Amino acid sequence: MQPVVQLENVTKTYSNGEVEVHAVRGITLQVMPGEFVAIMGSSGSGKSTLMNVLGCLDRPTSGRYLLDGVDTSGLERNERADLRNRKLGFVFQGFNLLSRTTALENVELPMLYSAERISSAERRRRAVQALDIVGLSDRAEHLPNQLSGGQQQRVAIARALVNRPQVLLADEPTGNLDSRTSVEIMGVFQKLNEEGITIMMVTHELDIARFCRRNLIVRDGRIVRDEAVPDRLVAAVEMQRLREAETAAKLIGST
Amino acid sequence: MRLTATVVIALRALRRNKLRSVLTALGIIIGVAAVIAMVSIGNGAKSLVEGQIASLGRNVISVFPGSATTGGMRGGWGTSSTLTIEDAQAIEREIAGAVAVSGEVRDRQQVLANGLNWNTSILGESPGYLSIRDWELSSGAMFTAADERSTAKVAVIGQTVVTNLFPDVDPIGQTLRIRNLPFKVVGVLKPKGFNFFGSDQDDVVIVPLTSAMRRVSRRQNLSGILIQAQTPESISRIQQDITDLLQQRRGGREPDFTVRNQMELAEAATATSRTMTALLGAIAGISLVVGGIGIMNIMLVSVTERTREIGIRLAIGAHDRDVRMQFLIEAMILSILGGVLGVALGIASSEIVSSQLGWPVLVSTSAVVIAVVVSAVIGIVFGFYPAHKAARLDPIDALRFE
Repeated sequence: MQPVVQLENVTKTYSNGEVEVHAVRGITLQVMPGEFVAIMGSSGSGKSTLMNVLGCLDRPTSGRYLLDGVDTSGLERNERADLRNRKLGFVFQGFNLLSRTTALENVELPMLYSAERISSAERRRRAVQALDIVGLSDRAEHLPNQLSGGQQQRVAIARALVNRPQVLLADEPTGNLDSRTSVEIMGVFQKLNEEGITIMMVTHELDIARFCRRNLIVRDGRIVRDEAVPDRLVAAVEMQRLREAETAAKLIGST
Repeated sequence: MRLTATVVIALRALRRNKLRSVLTALGIIIGVAAVIAMVSIGNGAKSLVEGQIASLGRNVISVFPGSATTGGMRGGWGTSSTLTIEDAQAIEREIAGAVAVSGEVRDRQQVLANGLNWNTSILGESPGYLSIRDWELSSGAMFTAADERSTAKVAVIGQTVVTNLFPDVDPIGQTLRIRNLPFKVVGVLKPKGFNFFGSDQDDVVIVPLTSAMRRVSRRQNLSGILIQAQTPESISRIQQDITDLLQQRRGGREPDFTVRNQMELAEAATATSRTMTALLGAIAGISLVVGGIGIMNIMLVSVTERTREIGIRLAIGAHDRDVRMQFLIEAMILSILGGVLGVALGIASSEIVSSQLGWPVLVSTSAVVIAVVVSAVIGIVFGFYPAHKAARLDPIDALRFE
């Protein structure tokens, strides 16, 4: 089987006037289809830069990046935009939904920029389907400010899914959410992963990383640890535990 | 990305900021309204003048006597007395395409009739005069060439003369006296109104040219010769032929006549209103540019405000072109909206001017089309820089923008 993401000795150097910042200093990495990878690291470790390279938002200074077997290093700005549209789905920490635009229209957005022409009826059908996957089809006509944080993030996930990407990239997807909602979102990711979608996410929370199958730890622009998660958490089980804990707290509170 | 989707996105963005959109378009609205109103009023004035020029006759070429020099003193145009009835006859005989020729003698006399008297202008003309002036009779008939040959004492009179001398009798067959000579009224002219110099064209008694020269004015020379060309296209050729002919008849002496055509007259008269229209148009044009700058300003603000939105669009696969089009179309919608509302306001205000001040107003379709096209162009020109700025944003920086 061919790796969906393949980095070969990738570096990224920013030159800040006279000072050169080596954000990524040679990362080699293979991710196979169906993996669920957490990239961890403290701030300044280079994980965000790595994420930007993986997301084709940024080009590596040296090295090769093959996405789904295609070398991306020589691609122009608009070619990379097409690649992002076709093969990648983005989930951000701050949700990044268009304000004053309904959930449905937000999910339809990537299809507006697709190379293939999709009729508005078909756009709508696919958007509703994507919302259905994240369990929000009943909120299609709501505006982002009428939705909770968790719901907004689920709309964002639906948007990332709607063009059936090869890889779902999530940058601190639970960073703005409380722990209970975080578990909920991880549940959505686990469900998608079980259906075969490759997911790579950046997080600095160990608890969250334990929901993934594989953990990478980045320090000073290098991968310092790459291991499978031994005691993987299952979101459904964790939800059940949280519910029980709450009930217990209520029982204690009521006596 | 499809254009319709871009238009929908742009319309949505404008709808989110209704008041701002309207205020932004206001510059264009006022500019376009000013252009439309100015051009309409200018056109109205022009058509009024043109109507008055047309009342002078159709395809008319006039020959006026030139200047005479008496003892070193040079008189102006018209002081020479060398234009003769033979000149008029030569033109009639020799100029191809001259459908009617009338020598003319002008005079003012006291006219008596019916126990009343009235000072009016006496025109000595040939029978072709009415055709030249495009003037019709309301009753009776024009005098004939035979009358002209026999210096008959017949007259055709204008409506003002009718009102003043024959207030309650049918003037046809009546006698009026000029310089104590009886002239029989054979025809009454239809009213023609004032000409654009402000004189009453109906205050006139027309008699045969020869009668005027021998009996009324007692002079040998003409005040002018009027020639009607067959077609507007032949005017300049005939004008040249007349000049050549008269020149030839004078055997190479310094020309003592001048040949003018109606177009020149019309051009002189419309030149003023054209200058005025151009001036007002320039002012309106400046306000359109100012309106365009207003749109540019707001679009720049809007691009900054929506940096994050642009980042999202770029991240999920929008090309530079998609983002550029989105903002360009927004600017164009604003300016076209301004153009359309401006046209409506312009037409409304020129209607108000026409009804309140009684000015003639003529809304020209071309002005409306040009105004809308120009405002769309303004949208493109002034929208381009902000749109370009938006399209050039880096998705990473744009997404990080707070």
